[in-house]
Amino acid sequence: MATKQLLINHDEVRGPGKFLHEYLESTAVGVKIDKLEKSFGDNHVLKGIDLDIIPGETMVILGKSGAGKTILLRHIIGLEKPDSGNIYINGEDINSPDFSKKHRIAMVFQSSALFNSLSVKENIALYLREHKIFKDEEKIDRIVSDSLAILGLDGKETNMPNELSGGMKRRVAIARALVMNPEIILFDEPTSGLDPMMTRTIGDVILSLREHVEVTQIVVTHDIDLAFHIADRIALMSEGIIIEVGSSEDIERSTNAMVQSFIREQFERPQGGNKA
Amino acid sequence: MNSITTFFQTTGEILALLIESIFWCKAAIGNREKVFAQIREMGNQTLPVAALISLFIGAVLALQTGPTLAKFGVQENIGGLVGLSLVKELGPVLGSILVAGRVGSAMAAEIGSMSVYEEIDALKTMDINPVRFLVMPRFLAGMITLPILVIYMDLIGWFGGAMVASVNPKINISFQVYYRNLSELIRPLDICNGLIKAMIFGVIIAIVCCYVGLKTKGGPREIGTSVTKAVVLSFISILVSDYFISRLLIVFGLD
Repeated sequence: MATKQLLINHDEVRGPGKFLHEYLESTAVGVKIDKLEKSFGDNHVLKGIDLDIIPGETMVILGKSGAGKTILLRHIIGLEKPDSGNIYINGEDINSPDFSKKHRIAMVFQSSALFNSLSVKENIALYLREHKIFKDEEKIDRIVSDSLAILGLDGKETNMPNELSGGMKRRVAIARALVMNPEIILFDEPTSGLDPMMTRTIGDVILSLREHVEVTQIVVTHDIDLAFHIADRIALMSEGIIIEVGSSEDIERSTNAMVQSFIREQFERPQGGNKA
Repeated sequence: MNSITTFFQTTGEILALLIESIFWCKAAIGNREKVFAQIREMGNQTLPVAALISLFIGAVLALQTGPTLAKFGVQENIGGLVGLSLVKELGPVLGSILVAGRVGSAMAAEIGSMSVYEEIDALKTMDINPVRFLVMPRFLAGMITLPILVIYMDLIGWFGGAMVASVNPKINISFQVYYRNLSELIRPLDICNGLIKAMIFGVIIAIVCCYVGLKTKGGPREIGTSVTKAVVLSFISILVSDYFISRLLIVFGLD
């Protein structure tokens, strides 16, 4: 039922999401990761990652826990500095001065990372207020309401994060990312800790986001079902290297022994929302 | 890393955080609601306890010193003695220790929990500077609130001393004599001295506790460890800096 609410058609957008649609005007950008290396002490986490992400695609970085997926994502958004190698967004090095003024990258954290002392509305409006995107509180209210409406969370504005379920928190975090008007949205294990139904719902949300905003999405997950459900392309990662990149079909048909072993392992596991 | 290196690294990082907080004071007007919220928070948490402890500190000072002064027939000086002790030393130091224990621990816990649950990272991804958003309002609130709290504690402490001085038969000094002596002996410079100390202690508490909070990594256990560390580090910093501030005030003729 929740899934139906979230699969938005364009007629609906004319209604509750209209104001948000007018506000979201970003153009999707591409990401190029070039020979990225990172070590923490003796632990060599990223071993020369090369990856090209096409503007507007949903790229899923799939791999087991400890493969280095989250660290890679944290490098893309600039929360970690590489030992060597570069990341280019729209051809521009992310470490160049003024990069953050030109590009907006949003991230949905595994823990949702909502500010517990702020209400749902204040969490979503934080970026708009801090950067003084709108001075008019009424506009902020409408954007917050629209973003919550398209994520199936109407009327939750005044709730505090501790009053929400895990799935709701994840959707509020997505709403918070969306109002940044991002060119890229990064998702770190978006379905971790959720039941199978909510996992499906979050997958549908990620799919439906592109109806509202022209955005490149990079999703890190260990959940192969989610990856096959949402990905335009999948990059399979193991022990700090990308071992295969391709569409879901390419990955399924791959003759690479490591890919086959990963797929077999994942499908042999008991079914559940969180396979961690 | 040995403990000497850790000491210098921690001191350097705390100073860097202090400088960054001072830099972000330029955004204080735009963030005045956050600053006022922190001032309210500090006041709400400390005023009742501050009143209670200062009342009894003033009372015990009078109780301990009054009979001795009476032996030498100079008990009318009790007002000045209690007043000066509170204004120059006990008010700022005990007020700061109270704030470090009650408010500083809460700061370290709140920011520590934000670090552990990726909220600080979320701020960075939204291009919101955590020092401007979290530390600067607490830094200013500490700097403003502590001196006000110390004045409040001084007034209540003086009253506590006056009560004991008047009801204790061994001292037997009226409120009028007590307050007259107090006003004769305490100079505006003495009050400034205490307020300068309080202001510096307020900054120390805010910066140290925010620093420890921001450095928290791990899980709930580490948040608890950070709270203890923040309080202990604040206490040590307050007591050690008290000596050096007093020395500096003497050197600059502000004593």
